Amino acid sequence: MSTATLHPSQESAATRVVQTLLRSRELAIVIVLALILVVATSRRSSFVFSADGWRDTLLAPSILLLLAVGQMVVVVTRNVDLSVGSTLGITAYATGKIFVANPETSVVVVFVAGLAIGAVVGALNGLLVTVFKVPALVITLGTMYVLRGALTHEVGSDRMTAGDYPAHFEKLGTQQVLTIPVLTIIALVVVGLVGYYLHTARGGRELYAIGSDPDAADLYGLPSGRRVFGAFVLCGALAGLAGVFSAARYATAFSGTGSGIELQAVAAVVIGGVAIFGGSGTVWGAAIGAFLLITINRALPILGISEFWQGAVVGALIIGSIVLDRVLSVRRTNKLVEARDHA
Amino acid sequence: MSTAADREERIAPTLELRDVAKSFGAVAALRSGTLEVEPGSIHALVGENGAGKSTLVKIVAGVHRRDAGEFRLLGQAVDFGSTAESKAAGVAVIYQEPTLFPDLSVAENIFMGRHPLGRGRRIDRTRMYDEAHALFARLGVAIDPRRVANGLSIADQQLIEIAKAISLDAKLLVMDEPTAALSGNEVARLFAVARSLRDEGRALVFISHRFDEVFDLCDTVTVMRDGAYVSTHRVAETTEAEIVAKMVGREVAELFPKTPAPIGEVVLDVEGLSSAGEFHDISFQVRAGEIVGLAGLVGAGRSEIARAVFGVDGYDAGRVSLHGRTVPKRQPRRAIRAGMAFVPEDRRQQGLVIEGSVAKNVASVIRGGLSRAGLLTASAENKAAGPWAAKLQVKTSALDMRAATMSGGNQQKVVIAKWLATGPKLLIIDEPTRGIDVGTKAEVHRLLSDLAGQGLAILMISSELPEVLGMADRVLVVCEGRITADIARDEATPENVMAAATRSAAPAPTSPSTKEPVA
Repeated sequence: MSTATLHPSQESAATRVVQTLLRSRELAIVIVLALILVVATSRRSSFVFSADGWRDTLLAPSILLLLAVGQMVVVVTRNVDLSVGSTLGITAYATGKIFVANPETSVVVVFVAGLAIGAVVGALNGLLVTVFKVPALVITLGTMYVLRGALTHEVGSDRMTAGDYPAHFEKLGTQQVLTIPVLTIIALVVVGLVGYYLHTARGGRELYAIGSDPDAADLYGLPSGRRVFGAFVLCGALAGLAGVFSAARYATAFSGTGSGIELQAVAAVVIGGVAIFGGSGTVWGAAIGAFLLITINRALPILGISEFWQGAVVGALIIGSIVLDRVLSVRRTNKLVEARDHA
Repeated sequence: MSTAADREERIAPTLELRDVAKSFGAVAALRSGTLEVEPGSIHALVGENGAGKSTLVKIVAGVHRRDAGEFRLLGQAVDFGSTAESKAAGVAVIYQEPTLFPDLSVAENIFMGRHPLGRGRRIDRTRMYDEAHALFARLGVAIDPRRVANGLSIADQQLIEIAKAISLDAKLLVMDEPTAALSGNEVARLFAVARSLRDEGRALVFISHRFDEVFDLCDTVTVMRDGAYVSTHRVAETTEAEIVAKMVGREVAELFPKTPAPIGEVVLDVEGLSSAGEFHDISFQVRAGEIVGLAGLVGAGRSEIARAVFGVDGYDAGRVSLHGRTVPKRQPRRAIRAGMAFVPEDRRQQGLVIEGSVAKNVASVIRGGLSRAGLLTASAENKAAGPWAAKLQVKTSALDMRAATMSGGNQQKVVIAKWLATGPKLLIIDEPTRGIDVGTKAEVHRLLSDLAGQGLAILMISSELPEVLGMADRVLVVCEGRITADIARDEATPENVMAAATRSAAPAPTSPSTKEPVA
């Protein structure tokens, strides 16, 4: 018989929670976010402490929040969706079209339409990726251009402007409940729901498993195709919703709406500590990553950094967080291996 | 639980395979696999590399679908189209290197897809950890269910697979060379677990090349050879010698005649080469005109030795010299310049620019010499490649044909041509005829023989016994990272090579319930 004894983690649950929290990647980004807020506010108190500043701090990230959540669900399965910017553009414009046709249309209808259009695009991506086994990077790069092209063809030099969206819809863009913008509340509810699903549902855990080792997932007999398809549908639907948000907030849509935001979504996910090769990370991390990205962009001018450098700062942040993740993961692995060899 | 009436009759075997066949294209990997495993028994499956054991296992696991034959599980005819189906039917396969989800916790690795659920179909993590904990307690091992799988030893990973199998209540556990990467203690722990599973009435299939383990652990042994069933024995009623004879079983045909060549001076001299976890204290010489065969089982460390000699991988101690001059480690470029050539085992991935033309491939190693002012022209490549391709009778319509479209035999010739263009003194060739049809095999052998006749020193790694015995002037047998025998051509027999290849260096685990290992 083996002489090994059982001695799994002896710490109490509370200690473990605290330890996990302290070691968590999310905490690191929260600290960076807090630092930026503090420094920017100390330079100009209205950055947070004014009605507009407070609203913008919360409202500005809402669109990217939705995209980052959807992107995270796809990235965790070792895929990526680059078509979300185009999807956003399409639904933002479609929202205008719906209102032009009937200004009385209920907001709920527009939301459902946005989600549905996005879900269809997501389903298309999901089908192409799971059926033809072409890397998602290539497929969604393709759909990104195809959809943008279709939108440009449809819209031409036309442009939806404030007059095309009815007042009750535009109000949604700035409406607040207890000083918290409604769009942000909706986005946070989405973050909560998706995070809850990923943490507590079998299907959610399977997404992690598929990203962690796709071959092992097949050997386990997990329904990989169905799960990845589902992830793309969700990502597309949220991108569609983000388009409606965009229309509500900016009251404009044209052929270039949302162009380039897909990379911001990927950046938010990576900064939020989600492994780009899948298998690990949280929706909370991606959400905080989105907050951080937007807040940095707002804070840089206040800190006296020219907007030409904004891109460079974001880039440095991405590289920094990836290097940090890499260093941490190598250290963790070494520690685990060491612990094993001395066992 | 069986009723009295059931017990009157013979209990149905857990696994029953009869004349199962499987071909991949024209290659028959399994011609006639037969295996019958009783519940409450540990059944050894032995055979040389390529005997069809792995294919048989993959059919049982649902990875491959058989072409013909009977397949019953617990008395029921089955036909698995996926691993999920075989798992649902009670089959668990533990591979030599398990595939776990590295980012997820140990407990999730066990329960993925069937986590214990609490209220509202939420995953009940507390229960999941408790159940995983209980499984490990039952196996008598200490693995923290909450830690991530990343960084676990192979032995622990296998135990997680076993815990998973138990939690699925698998009736049949197949272990494919589970001990290959384990230390003595880990083997003892695994065997203790295996015995307790047997005592619970489960059936186990144990694939191993180590006879001491087979005789220690198993009660029945089935021998396979060349994709077919040979015989089944009660372990108590057989001997290692008998099993080896059954495994080898065939006459070594004079298919591979190496023409005698004058053996010259020492070309390659390897002294005390060691690399932690790979091989230990390897010393040997290869002389001009000599073919030295490195025999042994897959995973014994032969390829690792070859890679270290050539400088692809590093080593911790020892010295490699060519014509008396030390070759620095980890510098394949220097090794090439010193006169070494290396034809790797996996030509498609390591030896060929598979999408490139024949000319490009042949010329790829000598590019430096061909380029003019840093530019390499296609005509220079063709000029350099032409004579070699012709010499080796590479059957390609033109030098610009893509390597990917050629047969395995011709690909191998292109790889060899590529190296001959460098004018080497020593050729290291790993599995020269793997995946090559019989006709071309003979051509590759004739080519190697000719090259030796021209004074080239050749170090040939081969898992095919007849090839080693037919081609090599001297056979070095590697077993678990050590050279266990150095046998001259006229003394080498399938039996003594096989015996040296399966001699286990790991201490045999013993327990009161087992008989003495057969010497």
